[in-house]
Amino acid sequence: MLSLAGVNTHIGQYHILQGVDFEVPRGGLTMLLGRNGAGKTTCLRTIMGLWRASAGRIVYEKSEVQGLKTPDIAQLGVAYVPENMGIFAGLTVRENMLLAARGGPPAAKRLAWIFGLFPALEQFWNGLAGNLSGGQKQMLAIARAIVEPRKLLLVDEPTKGLAPAIIGNMIEAFRELKRTDTTILVVEQNFNFARSLGDTVAVMDSGKIVHTGRMDALVADEALQAKLLGLSLEAHQ
Amino acid sequence: MKRDWLPLALVPAIALAALPLVASPPIWVTLTVAGLAMGMMIFMMASGLTLVFGLMDVMNFAHGVFISVGAYGAASVLIAMKAEVQAPGLAANLAAIGPALLAAVALAGVLGWFFERVVIRPVYGDHLRQILVTMGGLIVVEQLIIVVWGPDVIPLPRPAALTGAFIFGDAAIERYRVLAVVVGLALFGAMWLLLNRTRIGLLVRAGVENAEMVESLGYRIRRLFVGVFVAGSALAGLGGVMWAMYQESLNAQMGMQVMVLIFIVVIIGGLGSVGGCFAGALLVGLTANYTGFLAPKLALGSNILLMVLVLLWRPRGLYPVGK
Repeated sequence: MLSLAGVNTHIGQYHILQGVDFEVPRGGLTMLLGRNGAGKTTCLRTIMGLWRASAGRIVYEKSEVQGLKTPDIAQLGVAYVPENMGIFAGLTVRENMLLAARGGPPAAKRLAWIFGLFPALEQFWNGLAGNLSGGQKQMLAIARAIVEPRKLLLVDEPTKGLAPAIIGNMIEAFRELKRTDTTILVVEQNFNFARSLGDTVAVMDSGKIVHTGRMDALVADEALQAKLLGLSLEAHQ
Repeated sequence: MKRDWLPLALVPAIALAALPLVASPPIWVTLTVAGLAMGMMIFMMASGLTLVFGLMDVMNFAHGVFISVGAYGAASVLIAMKAEVQAPGLAANLAAIGPALLAAVALAGVLGWFFERVVIRPVYGDHLRQILVTMGGLIVVEQLIIVVWGPDVIPLPRPAALTGAFIFGDAAIERYRVLAVVVGLALFGAMWLLLNRTRIGLLVRAGVENAEMVESLGYRIRRLFVGVFVAGSALAGLGGVMWAMYQESLNAQMGMQVMVLIFIVVIIGGLGSVGGCFAGALLVGLTANYTGFLAPKLALGSNILLMVLVLLWRPRGLYPVGK
């Protein structure tokens, strides 16, 4: 569904992505792992067009998208949940969801499904999004991304700063999402979360992909985990 | 949803606090209406600037030229329709005021569109260059005003129906100030409805908080930028003609002269907040009028003091926008 070939991204004088190559197969969930500063967030932002690739090709659904603007990429069916969640704090939960539903007010059936995934959102439907807890904001960010069916969902560190109990809820929500047609690419540092959900995995280091394969193979190979992911991930286990 | 009424409640609180200080109720009524009218006109001129800053992160020091150009455009129409302006009937006056307001809004809006394309667009995201080029644009447009309309102050008598005052007991309330209050309230109501009851308003409010996220949801924010910039310029033009008729004269620097007050209002209100801009403008208008009466020597500094006090209370303004 999505493939990156030789993607380079410069931010100012810094050369962040240095020839990224990997594929996100259709359906299922791909985890993009790596240490802090490896370039994972830059990779998602480059796919989304928020930073421009200085070289390489990003092919989505057989079309090159590296030259497209962010709204055009979104309109192709790509939803993005940034690391900071991107919640509109001064808008209500309802308004956040309405804004994300480009095709008009969200369908009642879809909303009921989302409320099933994240019951807190129904409870605070008319409350300001800025008043939600960190976990509820993350739920809103993901709910907003799936308020309409999307082909590809890009999620940046959904467990960052969340309590373990909330992470458990988040895992259940992603399992439910995996049952839909949506393909998911998640950037993550929490290896427990990653191995609970990932079907395939790509590992980044210093702006390059250093490993791709099945998640279950990585989970089974502790030596490979230690080599690829090191202490930064162990600390999250 | 819980609303924060405290900043708005400051407006009647300041007015009531001034009552025993002014001592004379009729004078207090006159000062209060004058303060509200001044506040409404400042709101008209400032609301566009606060939206442009909030949505586009643009520091437009040239905002004052839209005020001046709007006022000059309207003045040209009013001078050309002198007979209607001086006629005693309200209908004849309105026949002149209507086209004058339209001319002000259209001229300032077109200038805003041109300004965004030529001056602002190349410097998005670069505050230092924004300050330099908008200050440059301000000087150029001011000089163009002098080329077109001349360097002299142009007297602008109010239409006959808007001169004089309503008398209530011992209190005299100028008709023009009542009109300013009514127009300001209508404009605030319309903006509130637009921002809170329409999808475009929802996009603007979201864009003020996080433009990048709005783009990630699939909306072309650049088009919204242009629309808001043009609307903000047009509102400044409308405020400009109201301000010029209030002052009964206009000059090329009038926009720049009122910019200090506008910046104070935008900062007090919270950058990007229309509600804050409204509350801030009323506070500034009332403070200026009460202080001008009670302690004229303090009048110039009173609004700076007001800004300091508000920022000590709420460092990001009365209604901070959640960026």
